[in-house]
Amino acid sequence: MSRKKIFMIGLLLMFALLPKPAFAMHIMEGFLPLEWCMAWGVLTIPFILVGLFSIRKTINEHPRAKMLLAMAGAFAFVLSALKIPSVTGSCSHPTGVGLGTILFGPATMTVLGTIVLLFQAVLLAHGGITTLGANAFSMAVVGPLVAFATYKIIKKAKWPQGIAVFLAAALGNLMTYVMTSIQLALAFPAETGGFMASLVKFMGIFAVTQIPLAISEGILTVLVFNAIAAYSKGELKDLNVLSKEA
Amino acid sequence: MSASGIIKSLVLIAIVIALTILPLFMQKDAEFGGADGEAEKAIIEINAEYKPWFEPLIEPKSGEIESLLFSLQAAIGSGILFYGLGYMRGRKKQEEAAKQ
Repeated sequence: MSRKKIFMIGLLLMFALLPKPAFAMHIMEGFLPLEWCMAWGVLTIPFILVGLFSIRKTINEHPRAKMLLAMAGAFAFVLSALKIPSVTGSCSHPTGVGLGTILFGPATMTVLGTIVLLFQAVLLAHGGITTLGANAFSMAVVGPLVAFATYKIIKKAKWPQGIAVFLAAALGNLMTYVMTSIQLALAFPAETGGFMASLVKFMGIFAVTQIPLAISEGILTVLVFNAIAAYSKGELKDLNVLSKEA
Repeated sequence: MSASGIIKSLVLIAIVIALTILPLFMQKDAEFGGADGEAEKAIIEINAEYKPWFEPLIEPKSGEIESLLFSLQAAIGSGILFYGLGYMRGRKKQEEAAKQ
């Protein structure tokens, strides 16, 4: 192992073992300056539009997949309601967007993920309406894009299906919170050290908390995916999730 | 599902449960808050002058009501998810029966 790797592992362990309460969830209402709220919102809009078209196309071309679409949304709904304790001594929740991304592509999950965030912002005061754009960008744009790219790369490398599903969901989850850290660090650069110092601080809170949860989300996604694959091979082949000859 | 498939699934579920419970033993004194209040601290440490400029429109009146809403969210979601799985399972059985 290289010295750099050892250093990184040491750093991870240090963060993991430092008990500190954290807020490893979405950015709270009012806690992002207006200009950043607008910027992330504007960046998210095109993905939502593409997603709406993509959903319509899916429903038109594969009417039988409607049930799967509802299940993909429901999965994100369940998982983002579960606040799970983590090694940092605080709680966070999975995002559940990986499953839908694997089934329907990233843009569809931008729409479904944003709906979940809206529900939580309006009814639960979790996240926020002003920060919806920023939170949608991390959970419903970056997360699905990472999950999608991971899935495609691993499928291309001909690794087993289960590994592809696991890594796609886990990395999508993890990168969502890395993005949240970046968003907060951009809005709140430290006086000394600027963006990077803030990024390290927020990553320590968000990303490290998220590691065990990312693993859990990966496993849960594999379980649900296997169940769907067992009963609904035809649809998965239609949607090009499974290769036709398999 | 085959017997080995079931065992594999059970092992995976056990890992998820372990990952959830272990932190509770690793961090005995931690509060395990997802406390949004802690966010204020981290942000205010960086920028002492920052004031949140927008308040949530409706806030659950208490922790109990909040957990009611969160469990409702999970219940609705898993209701749809498992309705779908049951539906697909029944449909597959029916299609297999029709083939014979």
